[in-house]
Amino acid sequence: MKKITTEDLNLYYGSFHALKGIGMAIEERRITAIIGPSGCGKSTLVRIFNRINDLIEEVRITGKVLIDGRNIYEPDYDLVSLRKSVGMVFQRPNPFPLSIYDNVAFGPRIHRMAGEGDLPGLVEESLKAVNLWGDLKDKLKRSALNIPLEQQQRLCIARLIAVRPDVLLMDEPCSALDPVATLKIEELMTELKKRYTIVIVTHNMQQAARISDETGFMLLGELIEFDRTEKIFTAPSDKRTEEYITGRYG
Amino acid sequence: MDRTLRRTKEFIVEGLIFLSGITSILFVVLIFVFLLKEGLSLFKEYPAGQFLFGTGWYPISEPPRFGIVPLVCGSLIVTVGAIMIAVPVSVAAALYISELAPVKIKDFLKAGIEMLAAIPSVVLGFIGMVTLVPFVRSFFHIPTGLTALSGSIMLAFMAMPTIITIAEDAINAVPKPYKEGALALGATRWQMMYKIVLVAASPGIIAAIMLGIGRVIGETMAVMMITGNSAVIPHSFLQPVRTMTATIASEMGETVYGSEHYFALFALGIVLFIITFIINFIADLFLHRKKI
Repeated sequence: MKKITTEDLNLYYGSFHALKGIGMAIEERRITAIIGPSGCGKSTLVRIFNRINDLIEEVRITGKVLIDGRNIYEPDYDLVSLRKSVGMVFQRPNPFPLSIYDNVAFGPRIHRMAGEGDLPGLVEESLKAVNLWGDLKDKLKRSALNIPLEQQQRLCIARLIAVRPDVLLMDEPCSALDPVATLKIEELMTELKKRYTIVIVTHNMQQAARISDETGFMLLGELIEFDRTEKIFTAPSDKRTEEYITGRYG
Repeated sequence: MDRTLRRTKEFIVEGLIFLSGITSILFVVLIFVFLLKEGLSLFKEYPAGQFLFGTGWYPISEPPRFGIVPLVCGSLIVTVGAIMIAVPVSVAAALYISELAPVKIKDFLKAGIEMLAAIPSVVLGFIGMVTLVPFVRSFFHIPTGLTALSGSIMLAFMAMPTIITIAEDAINAVPKPYKEGALALGATRWQMMYKIVLVAASPGIIAAIMLGIGRVIGETMAVMMITGNSAVIPHSFLQPVRTMTATIASEMGETVYGSEHYFALFALGIVLFIITFIINFIADLFLHRKKI
């Protein structure tokens, strides 16, 4: 099943052509990695899938982005429900300056998904899904800003899971973490792909090779190659992909 | 030779800068010492308890009574009223300016707020006297429009620039990832603003409110002109009141140097000084408090 499909997708920042004719199809319940050198447009691409790019002034987008068969750039597409079903994890963990409990309960509260009585159960379930419940269950009232970075990033994932999304976009989710924490987050992603479609942007090729099922390689705003991860890393069909994964530039 | 000259120059310049640097502190200390010396002289002849808790301020009756309760109450009621008006308006304005307004409107509004801050308080008092006071009188059908309410409204205008400017800084300082995180979870702009931005900016907003209170409680001219100056303990916003500041300003010219009344006004100054000091101190605590 294809979850996200793009057709001739172009994005301009003012006059700068940042994404050039991207066409790709992302499989449901898989991890899809987008790799490429910095500035190639990979973050811009995932930020299209939840329309968080809309916040930037002077952005212009042409082409189609279909999620579950509907173009999310249709004028009457409901942004709130889009962002509820397509969650995003950012480069630096960004828990809100609230308690751990309120961080997880934020989404369910704004979407009125549960009464205050059902919230504790939902919070517990979400924290369990990211393996944080054991560590944090006695600290739920404490500020989310005082826990280690890796736990903060997990908390941000739990915060998304609490609103029951289908897709998780991860924009270099481990770039602020040390190698051990990175491995733990990767394990978590592998677990999560049983239930969610995950798109991860990473500049770390080993990470893409370790966790993803499919990989897209981007260069200067173009999607050069998009294929099964083993194929990209063992027998890429484009010369530029080969040069990048063998470390000749980037 | 050359070197000693240079060193002397350095020494003189550094000394001058040091002096300028400590001038402000020095002045505060001198003022406080002077206030204390003059103010505390009152209590040689007049009991402190009657000063602090006395309910009558009759400085020229025989014997005189210097109970500051009506004056403190007057200042409090005008301040509370002004803050109740100014805070919601100012915080909403700050939110609008930093989160919603297009750049052009933002610049226009900020210039307007600076203009508001630049209006001399006597002018505001005068405008209040000829417009607001008759309006309050006819709107509420009361014998005089010179009331605590009129004072509160005019003072709200004076507190607004302070509160808006500082609250806006606090709101601008809210990290962008918080906002993005909230929007990416499907929050609407409004939900993002009041559930995340206001919460994250709350220490700064509280500091802004405290500084606004400091501004209001120390204001003299406008309140003297429009609150009616009657030193009775107020029971409602629709009564004339007299504030501590207005009392000092209007009576200081009529007292005899070194008289009991003269010292009483200084003692009242000490009370005012302590109140504003505490308010500024609280504001400072919030401004410099680390994020939660």
